[in-house]
Amino acid sequence: MSTTTTEEAQTTGDGHDEGVHDIVHIRKTAMWVFLGSEAMFFAAMISSFLLYRTTTNGGPGSELFEIPFTSASSFVLLMSSLTMVLAHHSFGRQDMRQTRIWLVATALLGATFLAGQIFEFTVFFEEGLKPGTSPFGSAFYMLTGFHGIHVFVGVLLLTAMVILSSTGRLKPDSGLNVELVGLYWHFVDIVWIVIFTVVYLLQV
Amino acid sequence: MSDIAHEGLQPKQYWLIALVLAIITAAEVAILEIQAFEPVKVPLLIGLSTVKFAAVVGLFMHLKFGATVQKAVFMIGLAGAVILFSVVLLVMGAF
Repeated sequence: MSTTTTEEAQTTGDGHDEGVHDIVHIRKTAMWVFLGSEAMFFAAMISSFLLYRTTTNGGPGSELFEIPFTSASSFVLLMSSLTMVLAHHSFGRQDMRQTRIWLVATALLGATFLAGQIFEFTVFFEEGLKPGTSPFGSAFYMLTGFHGIHVFVGVLLLTAMVILSSTGRLKPDSGLNVELVGLYWHFVDIVWIVIFTVVYLLQV
Repeated sequence: MSDIAHEGLQPKQYWLIALVLAIITAAEVAILEIQAFEPVKVPLLIGLSTVKFAAVVGLFMHLKFGATVQKAVFMIGLAGAVILFSVVLLVMGAF
């Protein structure tokens, strides 16, 4: 459908604008559909965690959680949403230097969050909480691990954007790509808002 | 491109939203520490995280300014998530 639209659109100037607008609209809508389906995916895993939150088999459980540390991680991820929206805004003004700065800041904040998660997992492993220790362990690592993978993918996408921008391949007309990466990144943030509350704050 | 330039807020407003989100996160931790909040801890924490969730989705993700169809498909996904969440917990007797 999009190919036909593009071909038809190229015949006239007005038609071209309309066709491009259609494709932008379709791609953005497709991203929202994807994020909606991801919301259900995470809801399933959060439900699993809640069901198994007390099944520690006598091993360690939520008493291992260090709320101040996780709060700091949450703050870092929240601020990465700010830097992402500022990158998007700078791109809208065609300020490529500022866009790059905010994209790098977002990727660094994402990497900091991941480093914190790796540190947290290391401490939990040392304390005896492993994925195979108990249903609680399995559900916890499955949920937070999958979220971590999403953050990692986001950092890769942001890094790709920075590289494209640095080499001049992020053109002024690729605003949609920046926007779609931004949508994905903010989604990763809102999932963490839920995980932080349900998995950490409500369990201690 | 014109969409990007016109929709959304100004940087100052984004910083202000981020500040509010940071304050809410600090308040969540404070609620855990202050004994007086114990009886209302759960609804308070759920309420505050809902505010954070709505602020990021509506203002940072620009859903507030998005097309109706985009709002609809995401809301269907969110509704599906809430229904799935409730059904699983209900079936397993978590309530």
